[in-house]
Amino acid sequence: MALEKITEVVGTGVPVMGDDIDTDRIIPARFMKCVTFDGLGEFAFFDVRFNEADGSPKDHPLNEERFAKASILVSGENFGCGSSREHAPQSLYRYGFRGILAQSFAEIFFGNSITLGMPCMTLPRKDLDEIAATLKADATTEIRLDVPNRKVFVGEKEYDAQIPETAREGLIEGRWDPIAELLESSEQVDQVAGSLHYV
Amino acid sequence: MQDKPKSLFEKVWEAHEVGKLSDGRSQLFIGTHLIHEVTSPQAFGMLRDLNLPVRYPQRTFATVDHIVPTDESHEPYSDGLADAMIKELRKNCKENDITFFDTDTGKQGIVHIIGPEQGITQPGMTIACGDSHTSTHGAFGAIAFGIGTSQVRDVLATQTLAMSKLKVRRINVDGELAPGVYAKDVVLHIIRTLGVNGGIGYAYEFGGEVFDNFTQEERMTVCNMSIEGGARCGYVNPDETTFEYLKGRNYAPTNWDEAVEKWRGLRSDPDCEYDDVVNIRGEDILPTVTWGITPGQAVFIDQSIPHPSELPEKDRATAEEALEHMALEPGKPIIGTPIDVAFLGSCTNGRLSDLQEAARYLKGRKVAKSVKAIVVPGSQVVAQIAEQQGLDKIFTEAGFEWRGAGCSMCLAMNPDKLVGNQLCASSSNRNFKGRQGSISGRTMLMSPLMVIAAAVTGEISDAREVFEIGRTAA
Repeated sequence: MALEKITEVVGTGVPVMGDDIDTDRIIPARFMKCVTFDGLGEFAFFDVRFNEADGSPKDHPLNEERFAKASILVSGENFGCGSSREHAPQSLYRYGFRGILAQSFAEIFFGNSITLGMPCMTLPRKDLDEIAATLKADATTEIRLDVPNRKVFVGEKEYDAQIPETAREGLIEGRWDPIAELLESSEQVDQVAGSLHYV
Repeated sequence: MQDKPKSLFEKVWEAHEVGKLSDGRSQLFIGTHLIHEVTSPQAFGMLRDLNLPVRYPQRTFATVDHIVPTDESHEPYSDGLADAMIKELRKNCKENDITFFDTDTGKQGIVHIIGPEQGITQPGMTIACGDSHTSTHGAFGAIAFGIGTSQVRDVLATQTLAMSKLKVRRINVDGELAPGVYAKDVVLHIIRTLGVNGGIGYAYEFGGEVFDNFTQEERMTVCNMSIEGGARCGYVNPDETTFEYLKGRNYAPTNWDEAVEKWRGLRSDPDCEYDDVVNIRGEDILPTVTWGITPGQAVFIDQSIPHPSELPEKDRATAEEALEHMALEPGKPIIGTPIDVAFLGSCTNGRLSDLQEAARYLKGRKVAKSVKAIVVPGSQVVAQIAEQQGLDKIFTEAGFEWRGAGCSMCLAMNPDKLVGNQLCASSSNRNFKGRQGSISGRTMLMSPLMVIAAAVTGEISDAREVFEIGRTAA
């Protein structure tokens, strides 16, 4: 099962700044009443984007026309904290995001995102604030995530970014979804099972 | 030469490691896979697309908890989507020979409550479930991970996960807790001390005198919220308390003595090296209540709501957002904040002991007129035993609604939701914006006893004063 090698993500970005943006905010629980992930894209950040009473749009970056085509999300610290729901990265991916930049990521969210082939890279806060300011000034600024070299290019500027080696390796070698490799070692799996006191 | 001393985490990890993957991660055997209706249907769909069978159906256990209504028991449920999801799980379990604790079995309940209750959760296991509070099972000395749906697919198809090994932080809570201070206060205090992202990259090993003296259920409450501190899992070294809890349960080992003998060796070696050690005094912990929109935004009951300017700079923006959402005034004592709803339940605090402790103090009292109060047992077994003990009567006579088992108003995927900007005193685990079903709804996390105190007074109160706990000596 050969997967695409994800070495770079190129597009425009949208700043959704703030810390501890949790998975309930990314996809409210009521939208998890579904048996497939199809169609989750339209519900990304739903409750912070639309008024409860009449469904009218709120003041939120994702509602701004100039950011409509953005494929890279820029945020703050501890992005994706809370529940393990894969619905959260699935909704962002189906909305059209292909990469996320933040100060740090909650681990389950990070793992879920990488398994979708959506790179999540971390940068220091001052760099993220600067990138957000650049995007606000000019939403057409091109952003390029360079996964192998751990760099982010925003217009003319170059930033050092971080991504754990396992995720970097998986993305650039086209092994970001581990299922094929996990299936290969069936015999060893049975051996380990046989050695356990409780199986 | 003796082996290098190891932590329990390392021991369990090594016993379950199948090998290394090409990206450097480990392939880890998952001994017990728990599934529920919200995060598994998509995984079964992926499995069908790949034409793969469930690899170890006998190591997979299912229940319904997130969307199950707590006030109606007849199917079809009035919520068609919820009804469809339950039927989907029922079908998937049947087709794949998976044990399903369905609503008519008398054993249905919140997945993290029934695993231990049925004796499925045992020391030295690796456990995975598509729910972040899987960390609960660490209370038994299991290494238990919350996972995403693609990983649910991985476990269904291979009984393994691709995982990176974690560092281990030992958190010692020594000394003694004062009367009226509970496991929930301990974990809220740990989270506010170490931060909501302080645990990233770590497994939390909880120990010290407070944990030694804790009941098995209290240990579950703390491990349950490890994820709120950013840790991927939390655990306690198993001991006689653990073994005693498991003895005689449905899925407990039949070769009991042999199993216990094995379990005794499953603990961190006394001289093992941790990646980090944190020491906390039990005496320093008071009843704790959250005032904000993350579980780390908490104060002791005798403290005031902080001014953002008093907080470290990095916490100020979220604090301001929290104060605006919660409509709370900085500098004002947290005590006396009026509440609208009291919720007792969830995988954190919906166990039998939580209901017993709450009922003990609630007996003979009345819920304040302004408060809507519901109690949701964590499982049908909890409900049944509680009813045998007459706890349901105590709750209903006080003015609580006595409900069926499920996750209920913790995440509000069923009809139990806050309305408008109601403020809820909640025994659950998350106070995120919108978490309890209304985007403007407000949640304050606290121990079950503090929920009861808030319910009867109609405002955030010190349960020790309301119920005269630990005041007799004065």
